[in-house]
Amino acid sequence: MDGEELTAQETALYDRQIRVWGVDAQKRLSKAQILVSGLNGTSVEFCKNIVLAGVGSLTLMDDRLVTEDALQANFLIPRDETVYSGRSLSELCCESLRDFNPMVRVLAEKGDLAQCEMEFLDKFDVVVVTGCSLKTKIEINEKCRERAKRIAFYAIECRDSCGEIFVDLQNYTYAQKKSDGTAECHLSYSSLEDAILIPWRNLPRKVSKLYFAMRVIEKFELSEGRNPGELSNFDLPAVLKLRKELCDAQSLNESHVPETLLERILVAGPMLYPPVCPILGGILGQEVIKAISGKGDPLKNFFYFDAADGKGVIEDISNPSSI
Amino acid sequence: MGSDLKEEAIKRAKVLMVGAGGIGCELLKTLALSGFQDVHIIDMDTIEVSNLNRQFLFRQSHVGQSKAKVARDAVLKFMPHINITPYHANVKDPGFNVDFFKQFNVVLNGLDNLDARRHVNRLCLAAEVPLIESGTTGFLGQVTVHIKGRTECYECQPKPTPKTYPVCTITSTPSKVDFVRELRELFERFKKILKFVHCIVWAKDLLFAKLFGDKKQENDLFVSAGDGSDSEKPTNIFERGSDEDHEQYGRKIYDHVFGYNIEVALANEETWKSRRRPNPIFLKDVLPERLILQNGNLEKNFLTEDLPLSAMSSVGLSNPQDVWSLADNSRVFLEALRLFFGRREKEIGNLTFDKDDQLAVEFVTSAANIRASSFGISLHSLFDAKGIAGNIVHAVATTNAIIAGLIVIEAIKVLQADFQNCRMTYCLEHPARKMLLMPVEPFEANKSCYVCSEVLVELPAPVSSGTMLTVEDLQQELSCHINIKHREEFDEDKEPDKMVLLGWTAREKESQVVSNGNSTSAAVPAAAEATMKSEEAEVNAEISGTKRKLSEISEATENQEASQILPRADADNFKNSQELEDDDDDLVVLDNYPETSKKQRLH
Ligand SMILES: [Zn+2]
Repeated sequence: MDGEELTAQETALYDRQIRVWGVDAQKRLSKAQILVSGLNGTSVEFCKNIVLAGVGSLTLMDDRLVTEDALQANFLIPRDETVYSGRSLSELCCESLRDFNPMVRVLAEKGDLAQCEMEFLDKFDVVVVTGCSLKTKIEINEKCRERAKRIAFYAIECRDSCGEIFVDLQNYTYAQKKSDGTAECHLSYSSLEDAILIPWRNLPRKVSKLYFAMRVIEKFELSEGRNPGELSNFDLPAVLKLRKELCDAQSLNESHVPETLLERILVAGPMLYPPVCPILGGILGQEVIKAISGKGDPLKNFFYFDAADGKGVIEDISNPSSI
Repeated sequence: MGSDLKEEAIKRAKVLMVGAGGIGCELLKTLALSGFQDVHIIDMDTIEVSNLNRQFLFRQSHVGQSKAKVARDAVLKFMPHINITPYHANVKDPGFNVDFFKQFNVVLNGLDNLDARRHVNRLCLAAEVPLIESGTTGFLGQVTVHIKGRTECYECQPKPTPKTYPVCTITSTPSKVDFVRELRELFERFKKILKFVHCIVWAKDLLFAKLFGDKKQENDLFVSAGDGSDSEKPTNIFERGSDEDHEQYGRKIYDHVFGYNIEVALANEETWKSRRRPNPIFLKDVLPERLILQNGNLEKNFLTEDLPLSAMSSVGLSNPQDVWSLADNSRVFLEALRLFFGRREKEIGNLTFDKDDQLAVEFVTSAANIRASSFGISLHSLFDAKGIAGNIVHAVATTNAIIAGLIVIEAIKVLQADFQNCRMTYCLEHPARKMLLMPVEPFEANKSCYVCSEVLVELPAPVSSGTMLTVEDLQQELSCHINIKHREEFDEDKEPDKMVLLGWTAREKESQVVSNGNSTSAAVPAAAEATMKSEEAEVNAEISGTKRKLSEISEATENQEASQILPRADADNFKNSQELEDDDDDLVVLDNYPETSKKQRLH
């Protein structure tokens, strides 16, 4: 890759990772602009990873004031009310992240991404959203798709001890490593809206149960006008009713969406199982690094992790018509 | 997953972390966020710049300080109410003994070397504390759980010994998980560079050591030169002649090691029957005279005193990522020699290779590359050569974060005594059976593991008067020499103090076995028991007895056999409880070692 060489300071700092992904990848990383909307245990893990990796800039959006709930699994904010009182999550996280790597510009941006001007998105190569409704995710995903430049879109949500990552790289081409050199590889991604519209009976066999559980919960939150995690076990009867409706409509046996799993997610409400955050935030970090550097096979297009069985599974749920 | 029982188990737990590096930083943070209240952390290292890309608890201003202490302070900043006890010390220090380990409910390893891992494994076995072991390289990682009597120990399977090779901290042997593409690829990659690794080892351990290290050291690099063919130079070629300048001396060394030595080796036709013949390389063929002289006059390094000496910059090379030509490597080689002899003369004789010594890295890179040219092996950049020579890890933050999360998940299961659900997990770069994170049932202990199983040690025969037996305690690195002396008569008063002799009066009494406490490692039988203090590094026990004792030694061997075969009910129970209820989900069961291979429940 052409362009200026890394500085001696960069070479020294990034030595260990350049040994993993090479100098060219490091140069691409240093030019990448990342936007994260929504700060929680999982997304701050991602932020940490990407700042350490040495991206060009990271912009944070989350105007919520710090509360006890918002603090859980967040290691960027001191447990000290005198420090955090009256300040927004994005401001506080921004301050800590700047410290992690002085070579990365970390910014806090006020406002709501869902309401932003379309042009605002053009500043970014990667957009990560979390902690918002399905509707908002779909809207932001569509906006990213409408821009002339390709903006990689990721949605991540952690619930109790399980989590989901959605990836939309639109049309993505990269050099795939083969045993005998490299081959150009094209991947075509579905938008979030298209992906979740695919009839359940058309899905590959043995799709992760988490896929269905997430759709049921998400739909419930949407119908109630709640944000992710604003749930409790009092919602169980209504959620089970919704499960039946969705399963009937999609001709899927309800056993694919186990009640125990739904109950586990509802009972936890906004509480995350902390060790799951670095796992999801780590996988997301890796995926974003792959997408920016063009090195390595990116995941397509859903990822699931559940601490209960320990599996981290990729599911390809793409709309065949869009390919 | 917020059950009260789980929270209780976490709150009450006392955890020992070994290593505050890449995994350690992530782990300490995740433990704190998960509600752990009492964490002890051991790390002997201080912070370096190259740590900062992933060890996120550290900043530029911390360079040079204790990792364990800085990590503690950084975590307390966001979690002020937990107890973190740092030790800026080597885990192999005698203070960290079995009793120290016994105070913990679980031990979590985030180490970067085999030696310390083995040590912690043995201490955990002796203290009967569950161990969670981990390692990463690049995007690959693994977490394993080791519980005495339930699973294999860390050393149940032989590990490659990557002392001089650039190998990662992934410890699976390819046979163990050979269907995992990642590890196979990794292995292939190593095989490809292995030839170059040999060149590096040659340049570093032979040539560098010979020229700049301890001269007395045995080194066969030049022995071959005096192979009868050329008796003209019996003197050491590596002594600089009084009439030689650094320039001439360097050229002499060059021609000797890359030219003459190869010619000598080629003379032995047997060696090359099934191998590619190397080409001798002489300086005159690589660099015309004027080029050699040209670089000899560059004195840049004398002008910039504060910059480290660099041969590559004096010959005008700037990018450590570039692969240099043979000519460039030769110029760097000569320049490095010249700088060493001219500018660092005082250190010569005491130098050992250090990956942070720029000039040393340049010398080793160029020498390895010239040798590689000679053997038809592809050349490598200084950056790569440094990685190999310095055994530098390939490390990124993301993998360490994921592994730390997995460690904490397993630790919490262990603390709740939920052993059936413990898993070892592989973190992969490419999915295997759709999985990037692949949980696998823990392996059973290797029954012939010399560390965790009850193995018999055969005594060297014959054990007669004058024999010295050495007993090593693998847990505490304590060794004990037992001198066997036979006496016609035994007189207690004449024996040295501290000499305790058991079983000598009554012949029928069972003889004792020398072993160290509850050591699970090899014990050596002897006819007498020596009193030992475990804090002593070396114990000399004189063992005396009458002739009668000799026969008891052989009895002892048999007695030991009986006493060592202890019932291992725990292990059997564990084996039987392996059927897991996981409805239609398939559980990956990997092949263990051949003798205990299990069926793979895959299709
Ligand atoms: Zn073992």
